Amino acid sequence: MSEILVLVEHVDGEVKKVTLELLTLARSLGSPAAVWAGPGITADAKARLAEYGADKIYVAGSGDVVDHVVAPKAELLAQLVADKSPAAVLVAATAEGKEVAGRLAVKTDSGVITDAVGLREGFVADQSIFGGGVNVQSRVRRGTPIVAVRPNSTAPEAAAGAGAEEEVTVSLSDGARAARIVERVKQEKGARPELTEAAIVVSGGRGVGSAENFAIIEALADSLGGAVGASRAATDAQWYPHQFQVGQTGKTVSPQLYIAAGISGAIQHRAGMQTAKNIVAINKDPEAPIFELADYGVVGDLNQVVPQLTEEINKRK
Amino acid sequence: MNIVVCVKQVPDTATERKLRSDDKTLDRDAVDGVVNELDEYAVEEALKLKEAHGGEVTVLTMGPGKATETIRKALAMGADKAVHLSDDALHGSDALSTSYAMAQALKKIGFDLVILGSESTDARTGVLPAMLAERLGAPQLTLARKVDVNGSSITIERLTDYGYDRVEATLPAVVSVVEKINEPRYPSFKGIMAAKKKPVETLGIADAEIAADQVGLGAAWSEVVEFAPAPPRAAGTIVKDEGDGGAKVAEFLASKKFI
Ligand SMILES: Cc1cc2nc3c(=O)[nH]c(=O)nc-3n(C[C@H](O)[C@H](O)[C@H](O)COP(=O)(O)OP(=O)(O)OC[C@H]3O[C@@H](n4cnc5c(N)ncnc54)[C@H](O)[C@@H]3O)c2cc1C
Ligand SMILES: Cc1cc2nc3c(=O)[nH]c(=O)nc-3n(C[C@H](O)[C@H](O)[C@H](O)COP(=O)(O)OP(=O)(O)OC[C@H]3O[C@@H](n4cnc5c(N)ncnc54)[C@H](O)[C@@H]3O)c2cc1C
Repeated sequence: MSEILVLVEHVDGEVKKVTLELLTLARSLGSPAAVWAGPGITADAKARLAEYGADKIYVAGSGDVVDHVVAPKAELLAQLVADKSPAAVLVAATAEGKEVAGRLAVKTDSGVITDAVGLREGFVADQSIFGGGVNVQSRVRRGTPIVAVRPNSTAPEAAAGAGAEEEVTVSLSDGARAARIVERVKQEKGARPELTEAAIVVSGGRGVGSAENFAIIEALADSLGGAVGASRAATDAQWYPHQFQVGQTGKTVSPQLYIAAGISGAIQHRAGMQTAKNIVAINKDPEAPIFELADYGVVGDLNQVVPQLTEEINKRK
Repeated sequence: MNIVVCVKQVPDTATERKLRSDDKTLDRDAVDGVVNELDEYAVEEALKLKEAHGGEVTVLTMGPGKATETIRKALAMGADKAVHLSDDALHGSDALSTSYAMAQALKKIGFDLVILGSESTDARTGVLPAMLAERLGAPQLTLARKVDVNGSSITIERLTDYGYDRVEATLPAVVSVVEKINEPRYPSFKGIMAAKKKPVETLGIADAEIAADQVGLGAAWSEVVEFAPAPPRAAGTIVKDEGDGGAKVAEFLASKKFI
């Protein structure tokens, strides 16, 4: 069976959930081969990759691979495409994942599909375009299919793979080293699940009113074990750090449940959340466009509704 | 500094966007075209860098004839001149061929810095800046929320999952911007009048040395197999808070087994 390369997303030595989803998806199409870029792979991480079906684990452990913007990861994958002739390459459709896919496509003279929400035999991908208005099936017809798959598109299921490890040395070109990362600035993260990976996301907007008042959004998220998101109005006002922005230029989320409190539902916000399976809106303006998307909506003051909801949830636990 | 800013014309997101039934490409004729929002931030950043360091700002657009409206807007904001890459042979190009065609045009124009938006509102692939960096062999400084140029060195703050990375490189470089970076200016009346006289050069594929067999629908590396309107979302239940709004949401969440 042909290999399917899956670029592993990892943070602090841990494999992210989206990678387990991609391995699950890869299993239905071929033999999954995980590709780990950068130092810091642990025995636990390897076990996790194997548990979700990785037959092979390629490890390019040199620091060089992650100390420069995107290009080294694309060179690593291009080298593996040349050496292993995989049937396809899957990456997570994060902003950076898509950039890796783009460079890899140029390097390998292959087509690329971005933001797939499904992938079937023959590597036919599902995309949801124009604000969720149109469903498209698309396909790569030249080269090795390169597909960027949206987090939360597939439910991860364990099914052991061989997990055979192979070290990979990649000889980076000077060009790949041209954009040097000289400092990484980590802003608070907290114990909550990561925004793009979370099954439940609770977001606050301008209606939250202040940075302090985001505490009620956080309390609701915590009662549900969810992540916190924010609209651009809230991040611009610096009520919440901007890596939590949901929308066109923030994160794209596709959770089981999205709760929008004090968010009007501008098109740029919707672009980041409209593929959520269930949407709840809390807004004092009955005309707010977010209600057009909502499965359940409450017209009311979020300062009343949100704490009451949190209390109800905690009571039912 | 010679700055080229890439500006795309996209359908107004407020209108209903459709694919054409004949060749499954975006129907650009049926809707009003506007400047891709993020590209206004790219233009603004280019103008600011020019104001600080001197030089010239050239707008590059690839698109059909009516994309000149978009060019005029960027010129009215203050760009000096424009290149319109326009040829029927380019219709239906995917990201691979678009990046190839634009890279060829950029090589012809010459640049110290190429600035793009980080994503378009129509196709939303977000791959073009990275592809251009790859094709031009220039450092990729993408997803920038801040750009500083000092002589021939350039530093950006690149948005990441955990915050941001500070990234350094040497010009020439390819930059893409996010909307945190600035506040785009509105064209002044004077600017709008002046834009009418600014030079716009139209290039066909032969002018930019673009190989015909590498662009357009026929050459595309990827294709739309099928498409259909998404089934309409079932209308939701909207209630007015009468002191029990939170409890009602909790009931809804319980009915969906979230709690
Ligand atoms: C290039 C570009 C990119 C963008 N990218 C993004 C993006 O990634 N993400 C994003 O979110 N936006 C983005 N935007 C901005 C977007 O257009 C909207 O301005 C933004 O989403 C508005 O945020 P909001 O809904 O919180 O604020 P508003 O639109 O001001 O809405 C606030 C809502 O809160 C309600 N409200 C107020 N008080 C209360 C209360 N006490 N109780 C209940 N409800 C209350 C109001 O009725 C209103 O509906 C982008 C814009 C541009 C031009
Ligand atoms: C709904 C839809 C889905 C698509 N999906 C795919 C896909 O999965 N794979 C694929 O290969 N192609 C796809 N395409 C084709 C793709 O739209 C074109 O190749 C497009 O020109 C480049 O993609 P983009 O607009 O997404 O660029 P992005 O990478 O999102 O745009 C980033 C920036 O590049 C610049 N830019 C982009 N296009 C131009 C232009 N024509 N002129 C000047 N500057 C420009 C702008 O500064 C823009 O802000 C899709 C098209 C549509 C309509």
